[in-house]
Amino acid sequence: MLSFIAKRTLLALSQMLVISAVAFFLLYLSSSGIARTILGEQATEEQVAAKTAELGLDRPLPVRYVEWLLGVFQGDLGRSYFTPQDVSDALISRLPTTLSLLIATTIIAALIAFALGIAAAVYRGWLDRLVQILSIAGYAIPGFLFALLLVIVFAINLGWLPATGYVQLTTDPLGWLKTVILPIAALSIGVIAATAQQVRGAVIDVLRQDYVRTLRSRGLSEREIIFKHVLRNASGTGLTVLGLQFVGLLGGAIVVEQIFALPGLGTVAIQYTSRGDIPVVMGLLIITSLIVAVVNLLVDLGVGFLNPKARVA
Amino acid sequence: MSTSDKPETTLHRFLANPLALGAAIVLLVIVLCSALAPVLAGADPAFSAIRDAFLAPFSAGHPLGTDSAGRDIWARLLYGGQISLLGALLALVVAALIGIPAGLLAGYYGRWFDSVSVWMANLVQSMPGIVVLLAARAVLGPSIWISMLIFGVILSPGFYRVVRTAVINVRGELYVDAAKVSGLRDSAIIGRHILTVVRGPIIIQASLLLGIALAIQSGLEFLGVGDNSVPSWGNMLNEGFRSIYRAPITLLWPSLAIGLTCAALVIIGNGLRDALEERGLSSARRDRRKNVGTATAAMAALPAVDEAALDEAAPLTRPGVNTADESETIVTAPLADLEFVPEPVWSDSTPLETPEPDPSAVLSVRRLRVGYGSGPHDKTVVHNVSLDVHAGEVLGLVGESGSGKTQTAFAVLGLLPTGGRVTNGSVLFDGEELTTRSRASMRELRGTGIAYIPQEPMSNLDPSFKVGSQLSTPMMRRLGLDKRAARTRALELLDRVGIREPERTYDSYPHEISGGMAQRVLIAGAVSCRPRLLIADEPTTALDVTVQAEVLRLLRELQSEQEMAVILVTHNFGVVADICDRVAVMNKGTIVEQNDVESLFARPRHPYTQTLLGSTLEGGPSRIDLDRAEAEGAHR
Repeated sequence: MLSFIAKRTLLALSQMLVISAVAFFLLYLSSSGIARTILGEQATEEQVAAKTAELGLDRPLPVRYVEWLLGVFQGDLGRSYFTPQDVSDALISRLPTTLSLLIATTIIAALIAFALGIAAAVYRGWLDRLVQILSIAGYAIPGFLFALLLVIVFAINLGWLPATGYVQLTTDPLGWLKTVILPIAALSIGVIAATAQQVRGAVIDVLRQDYVRTLRSRGLSEREIIFKHVLRNASGTGLTVLGLQFVGLLGGAIVVEQIFALPGLGTVAIQYTSRGDIPVVMGLLIITSLIVAVVNLLVDLGVGFLNPKARVA
Repeated sequence: MSTSDKPETTLHRFLANPLALGAAIVLLVIVLCSALAPVLAGADPAFSAIRDAFLAPFSAGHPLGTDSAGRDIWARLLYGGQISLLGALLALVVAALIGIPAGLLAGYYGRWFDSVSVWMANLVQSMPGIVVLLAARAVLGPSIWISMLIFGVILSPGFYRVVRTAVINVRGELYVDAAKVSGLRDSAIIGRHILTVVRGPIIIQASLLLGIALAIQSGLEFLGVGDNSVPSWGNMLNEGFRSIYRAPITLLWPSLAIGLTCAALVIIGNGLRDALEERGLSSARRDRRKNVGTATAAMAALPAVDEAALDEAAPLTRPGVNTADESETIVTAPLADLEFVPEPVWSDSTPLETPEPDPSAVLSVRRLRVGYGSGPHDKTVVHNVSLDVHAGEVLGLVGESGSGKTQTAFAVLGLLPTGGRVTNGSVLFDGEELTTRSRASMRELRGTGIAYIPQEPMSNLDPSFKVGSQLSTPMMRRLGLDKRAARTRALELLDRVGIREPERTYDSYPHEISGGMAQRVLIAGAVSCRPRLLIADEPTTALDVTVQAEVLRLLRELQSEQEMAVILVTHNFGVVADICDRVAVMNKGTIVEQNDVESLFARPRHPYTQTLLGSTLEGGPSRIDLDRAEAEGAHR
């Protein structure tokens, strides 16, 4: 098990390394005149040269990458071009908002998706058809349109929930809940649609397996067979889909944070990228890929736990 | 067959699906409106008149009203469609140009290119598209075309994966090998054989990816990081969102346009998939029918009875007419009753009644009929089966595959697959009727009353649970043993079925033990709750010959130890001779002959039994005899 974790961690690290290197070189090679952009049109050539030297932009790119990378390992993501802020401070202070949103969405979406998928596979009939239709609808309509719909109906027309604003989970749990219900709902729909569909398929597959008939021939209850044996064998698929959905969820969170004015990573991302603040963009990329890597590792571990055969690989 | 022979193309099936057809029409209308924007708009999309801001829909000259800058929403929607759709199309083309060739190469040639490209596809898909696009926006500026170009690269694994999978699936097909052997160039093979196969998945994927591209493009522009100098749907959303309190209706139009287009694309994709799958399904059905046909033909091809001749003979025989030809009368006689006829005096003029159920038998089945489906498509797989099994007796249920013996076994267990049900007859177990029992009360009988040993050992153990828990859980549930007692008994059972290291096997996962051991585990599981009746479905077929004999001996021992009644389903007369007391021979869902083992082997009465025995036993001319006769003939 330990070597399995070590292998996966190494793989994730190498992936992050490649992503960061490609991003670093592409970003710096395709941007020109950074110092000029920062200082504005009126700045003299001398001022621009001084700024370029100050930012270290006159030195070779590979050297700068290695320096940046060494900094990352010490938790130093550099400094923003336009504000006197450390990139790591700017991003990490926003991380809890985004993470709490993502984790809550994943848990809620997973519970609903598994319940729907299992029910559809076991009962079939009209319930199955309903889940299928909902899945197509949830998949067909972009998430941010759902978010807009929710804002207009529940926040503006009905006035039940606040349209914007955020309260920290730690200061006021109930207030937090009120501010995140709509964002979570908007983010969940797509995840539920995709995951329920896959769970349904996996459960139907498992129900057709020979060993399910043999378990029934032993006189075990249908509930025990479905919730112990079928669920465990179908969960691997569900978990893998959830992991893939999570990548999309990270992107979706950026849009949803903007709609509901939640002070998360998404707001930072939009604010800084439109100014061309490369250190912040690099920080954002590395944090995003770190989150993805951690989630992938968790999914691999989960699948390994569920499926003893996968542990060897 | 007649329906699948019609020249029905995938396109026909697609158009026959009303939802898909509707979606295609909606998409066509949207595309046409956007293309004809200069004709239909009636206003300049960029013309701004501040005093005309937020005009309601149906105002003079502004069918959908105006936005916050007083621009005509209808005109912006039409011109915006051009930009948005072309942008999405650009992403799609880029994705196709990268993904399809890469998928073809990886799937067809494999090797290093395959591993490298899979790795790259994983890498590209590990980053959220919108984050990458934001990063690109930071250095390249807000152009929609650049964004969509980059997004095309991000989407390309979508094409790559489906193409690669489809090519790998088809690469191993015989006709591709044949083309290679016949010296066709790779490019010709890819063009002629591979592209036709991957065409369908590519079209489906294209409609789905186009929807994703449109969604992400609008999302990005909605965030306000797009180029807001052009009127695109996403920019209109952004613009409407800013005045969401003042005029929420301005949000409606671009939302509708985006939502309808995306939904239409997904529905079209699903419709195409269904249409393609249906084609696959009907050809698969044809294949299966063909296989069954050849299998039975192969079985019957041995010495005598021409099945077709028998089938044709059947309707010719009329009741009350004693025909001289024996084979004709046999087919129409009530065949299930053969056991109860001491002498082969069969006559269709005096059909014998099936006797009353035998009260002393553990299992007494009468006139059992099993059918699948309902209405015009129903199919009866077991007709009129009657049999008895007594305590301490082993009944062999013999027949070739597809004869209905396994279906009979599942019917007795109450475990027929979905769609199957007992349509007639009775199943008495210890004098109790089972066919009318509820599912829940059937469950109480399984394990303790009737147990089951499956054919294929490896697929019948749950791969996710250890052998031990799969053995001890039923004993805890059904016999009320506590965990320790169940474990102790499970270990005893493992020892009893001849497993050398019970503890180790107990703690193993199914994939860690051999097939022979797995079958022993399944036998242990079947007898663990001391059933009165054991149904073993071809318990030795999947095993090595050396293991087969041991497993049979074990079954016989357990059977006499526990005084169980056993039904042994098999196609192998050798197995029957080894351990059965009586035999029932099944053909085409009916029992054609039933007798004790010695009598049946000595005097098989039904021609079908004779055929089966002739093909396996020494009685008839053996292969060697035939060869010798042929050789002598050649010498003469």
